[in-house]
Amino acid sequence: MLSEEERKEIEAEAGQYDRKEAGSVEALKVVQRHRGWVSDEAIRDISAALDMTPDELDAVATFYSFIFRREVGRNLILVCDSVACYVMGYQGVLDSIKEKLGIDLGGTTEDRRFTLLPISCLGQCDKAPAIMINEDIYGNLGPEMLDSILSRYK
Amino acid sequence: MNERPLTGMFRPDGLAPDIKEYESKGGYQGLRRALSMSPGEVQEEVRASDLRGRGGAGFQTGAKWSFVPMGENAPRPKYLAANCDEMEPGAFKDRLLMEGNPHLLIEGMIIGAWAVQADIAFIFLRWAYKEAARRLEKALHEACQGGYLGKNILGSGFSLEMRIHTSAGRYICGEETALITALEGKRATPRSKPPFPQTSGLWGKPTVVNNTESFCNVPHILAKGAEWYKSISRSADGGTKIYTVSGRVKNPGWWELPMGATVRELIYEHAGGMREGYKFRAVIPGGASTEFLIEEHLDVKMDFDDVQKAGSRLGTGTMIVLDDRTCPVGTVFNLENFFARESCGWCTPCREGLPWIAKTLNAIECGEGRYEDLSMLEAHCHLLAPGHTYCALAPGAVEPLQSALKYFREDFSRHIEGKGCPWS
Repeated sequence: MLSEEERKEIEAEAGQYDRKEAGSVEALKVVQRHRGWVSDEAIRDISAALDMTPDELDAVATFYSFIFRREVGRNLILVCDSVACYVMGYQGVLDSIKEKLGIDLGGTTEDRRFTLLPISCLGQCDKAPAIMINEDIYGNLGPEMLDSILSRYK
Repeated sequence: MNERPLTGMFRPDGLAPDIKEYESKGGYQGLRRALSMSPGEVQEEVRASDLRGRGGAGFQTGAKWSFVPMGENAPRPKYLAANCDEMEPGAFKDRLLMEGNPHLLIEGMIIGAWAVQADIAFIFLRWAYKEAARRLEKALHEACQGGYLGKNILGSGFSLEMRIHTSAGRYICGEETALITALEGKRATPRSKPPFPQTSGLWGKPTVVNNTESFCNVPHILAKGAEWYKSISRSADGGTKIYTVSGRVKNPGWWELPMGATVRELIYEHAGGMREGYKFRAVIPGGASTEFLIEEHLDVKMDFDDVQKAGSRLGTGTMIVLDDRTCPVGTVFNLENFFARESCGWCTPCREGLPWIAKTLNAIECGEGRYEDLSMLEAHCHLLAPGHTYCALAPGAVEPLQSALKYFREDFSRHIEGKGCPWS
């Protein structure tokens, strides 16, 4: 069941377009904002609100990298792995994060504090290597900076 | 001092100018002039300026607009979209523009909408660009309050609605027709052309899609004229360009320069040359989907025609420098792995070919390569060439590969013979 709040927000998003279906990504993001991820049940409920079939909506949900069909942690670490960050040595930063958190790419820590994912070019190439945690960008990174950065996220 | 129409209003404190500041420095004057002209005259002014698409393809913006059906019998509503889905590895110029001066983009879009008589405009914004989203939302609100958007703009009788559509990742959304499909709320798969979006785009209606930087040039062309715009360039293409340099240079960054600055000027003057202990090996001139250039190309002018003559593309004009201490095979693997991951999967050559290329490059990098792999990779450069796929993703993906096989042949051989990466 969609909450009253979710339903209102979805209707507001979908109402901006000539056809409800065009609000599909925004509707998925509404539920994700409230629950952290989008379950099978949520796919059924959202699709009904948009006059789509669950399969049509799931095709959209599974296409986009940042709609999560599995549970994720409270904080999302996105490590840029594109070419400028490669040349500037992002691998050292990534290895260090993996070691500190004991998870691989795609993994979530046991306490659900962090999920670690790759992201294509963050557009911070003059400050490579760069990562994004939730909505915050960190550039010119070295492994030695990670402890203090990660400690800001609970 | 060079003219800097795109970034001249950027504030030293890094904040975006608000609408008052924007107006006080000449903002929205281009729109006022445009609204005093007919849509056809505006199209003609932009065409005369030789503004070429800054998303990478370099198609003339004025010509692109001229294919939109006009007049009373044209299908309605007509749509206009700004492609702000910047995700080309190495590129961050559109982010700078949206964060540095959001009103410039909005003004350019309103002028474009007037020129093609669009009813609804979308800013198709990349999910990860959170700061740009905040600044654009504020600017949109100010523009509505100021009478530049909504009904009867500045008393002209012209009305336009503008909305921000924030995506949820995927590089393919930056492809013109995939962007349109994404706006419809579907999986962002490209469409075959023709029909072109200008006649049949969003929900089958006339739709124009231009890059962020392209739109940002338009207010100045209208305010100061096509002749002025051409005069500030150092090449046959009009205007200035935001160039960026990243990699192991002393001073990575961005510069707005007359179109036609050389590769050497950018890397050695503006970016300060290579860092201590690193030597220049090659450069990807215009984002991940362009061919490598090497030492002999340093004096190539960074404009559409000259870079093409040198065997590559200006693309986004955002360079990534490869140094002598970074493995070129590993670099190409990184590039191809990106393209394989971001393929939308719609057409077979791209969906199947790119992962095969990426796996093979990884095998070579890890010391498991064979000489036959190189011929297989070469064959893929032809199999994924333009005409074999729905869109430009796969043809773009094989551009750096093709040039790497040419310029770094010895490095590939050293991996295969030595059964491992000499750099690791």
